[in-house]
Amino acid sequence: MNKYGGNAEAIAALVREAEVHRDVYVDPEVFELEMEHLFPNGWIYVGHASQLAKPGDFITATIGRQPVMASRHTDGSIHVFYNRCPHKGVKIASEPCGNTGKFFRCPYHAWSFKTDGSLLAIPLKKGYEGAGFGDTQANEGLSKVRNVVIYRDFIFARLSASGVSFEDYFGESLSTIDNMVDRSPEGKLAVMATPIRYMHTCNWKMLVENQTDTCHPMVAHESSAGTAVKVWKREQGDSTETPMAVQLYGPFMSPYEFYEQSGIRIWPNGHGHTGVANSIHSNYQDVPGYLDQMVAAYGEQRAHEILGEVRHNTVYFPNIMVKGAVQILRNFIPVAVDKTLVESWVYRLVAAPDKLYERALMYNRFINAPTSIVGHDDLEMYERAQEGLKSNGNQWVNLRRLYDGHEEQDVTAVINGTSERQMRNQFHAWAKFMTMDMDKRVEAAE
Amino acid sequence: MIDEKAITEFIYREAELLDTMQWQDWLDLFHPEGRYWMPLEWQQQDPVLQPSLMYEDLLLLKVRVERLAGERTFSQKPKSRCHHLLQAPRIVACDPEAGVVKTRTSYIYTETRGDNLERYSGWASHDLLEVGGAIKIKLKRVDLVNFDAPFGNIQLFM
Repeated sequence: MNKYGGNAEAIAALVREAEVHRDVYVDPEVFELEMEHLFPNGWIYVGHASQLAKPGDFITATIGRQPVMASRHTDGSIHVFYNRCPHKGVKIASEPCGNTGKFFRCPYHAWSFKTDGSLLAIPLKKGYEGAGFGDTQANEGLSKVRNVVIYRDFIFARLSASGVSFEDYFGESLSTIDNMVDRSPEGKLAVMATPIRYMHTCNWKMLVENQTDTCHPMVAHESSAGTAVKVWKREQGDSTETPMAVQLYGPFMSPYEFYEQSGIRIWPNGHGHTGVANSIHSNYQDVPGYLDQMVAAYGEQRAHEILGEVRHNTVYFPNIMVKGAVQILRNFIPVAVDKTLVESWVYRLVAAPDKLYERALMYNRFINAPTSIVGHDDLEMYERAQEGLKSNGNQWVNLRRLYDGHEEQDVTAVINGTSERQMRNQFHAWAKFMTMDMDKRVEAAE
Repeated sequence: MIDEKAITEFIYREAELLDTMQWQDWLDLFHPEGRYWMPLEWQQQDPVLQPSLMYEDLLLLKVRVERLAGERTFSQKPKSRCHHLLQAPRIVACDPEAGVVKTRTSYIYTETRGDNLERYSGWASHDLLEVGGAIKIKLKRVDLVNFDAPFGNIQLFM
């Protein structure tokens, strides 16, 4: 099958203004093209600088399906490279994180590299004398990812040599990351915990879309959140305090009107968030001492501004979602057209009370774990969609809710919170980043 | 006073209740302050300030059990079933005066739904209390051998 490769027109035709063709979710060739074009053209989350506290610390990640790694160099700088030895392609780092000491050493032939990726030594180097080694890419050491931006400790990389700059790509959407970081009295986050990992047998975009789908919680999660509310009402007796668990589950059952008025904000390049005016995270119980810490750190007005911004889910296109109010980042890592690895990270607000970290960890295991009942509800829907979309009866997925017939693209706007506009926004960006280098690349290959 | 045989029988009985989906009887085995814990880290010490897959009290376990039977619980259409294969439980601590016993049981757990079947291995640790002649679960801790692997849905109890 070669229906879509190098055919920007065919790719663009998969996305109509308010519908998308099912091939974006089920066609293996489209998935391959996402790996080749969409992911390299976007700014992809690699990790958090707190995971690279000391020189020699490293983490591994994937951009699309390509293995990359990030390391802290002896001079304190952070570098991102492709995780493969320039010699035979062996992965240099095989663990999610660790400390390599002063240099990386390939376990196959002992080629070694400084922690900035440059070539340190090759055993029996005289074997390369007069062999033209100096002219090869291998001589440069570990191939660098050159477009790396560390924004408030969040490490992002773009694999394509040219493309949209980090600032233009994310623009005002970075305000969600700002808010999450600002919630620490020291303006600092720390990764202390391994992520919860959850394998999904569905296309990665279903997960991304679901982040701003506000018409599903009261339906799909009636079984989990609805039951939690019901059982609590029955069992609470004369208890006056709602347990943290019920505080977290309960708001999922909010009615349509709640989501309608809480709003969605969209940004250019496919980013957007639910929960503009308020969100399901707005009414958690105050944690004693926290507000005082924030007021001491930021002043009365700024502290209230920070804590008053309680966004729900922010999608950073293409494949992460950030919850500032509960300090969670979900990374939707594509594995195959029908397989997605979800890694859900919790950040600790440095210097904030333990209770906030406890709540974030609880939220993460309630919603994002293979053992989470809310997760069971969602995955069931994704799996059924992945199966159902094989049907030829209707080849289009409908994204028309609150579509008014003439939407401007790549704009910032605040809209009714039950709109599917953020999904349309994502697919507009999808077509753009899929095709922006498509024709060019075909010419280069000829 | 509870003896080794009673404890072993109790552990087997618990697995049987899960395998036969007698959820309410299973919940009745828990002490009112009982917890079910699935750690996410190797030899994890703290269930609350370290990440766990599950750390649930009776209220939350009741929610799970009630959800399994719910008319709109679509992830249970069709229903899941499970099978526990247990090694003989080992008593790792025992204080008969206080009525406290800790056991460790190696297991292979199978959960199936529709045409899918998943198999898990690990160790179940029980902190048991004798209350009025009956054995109650204070803590059931389930350590998977590959706790850090990305699983699909685990909907029942190990």
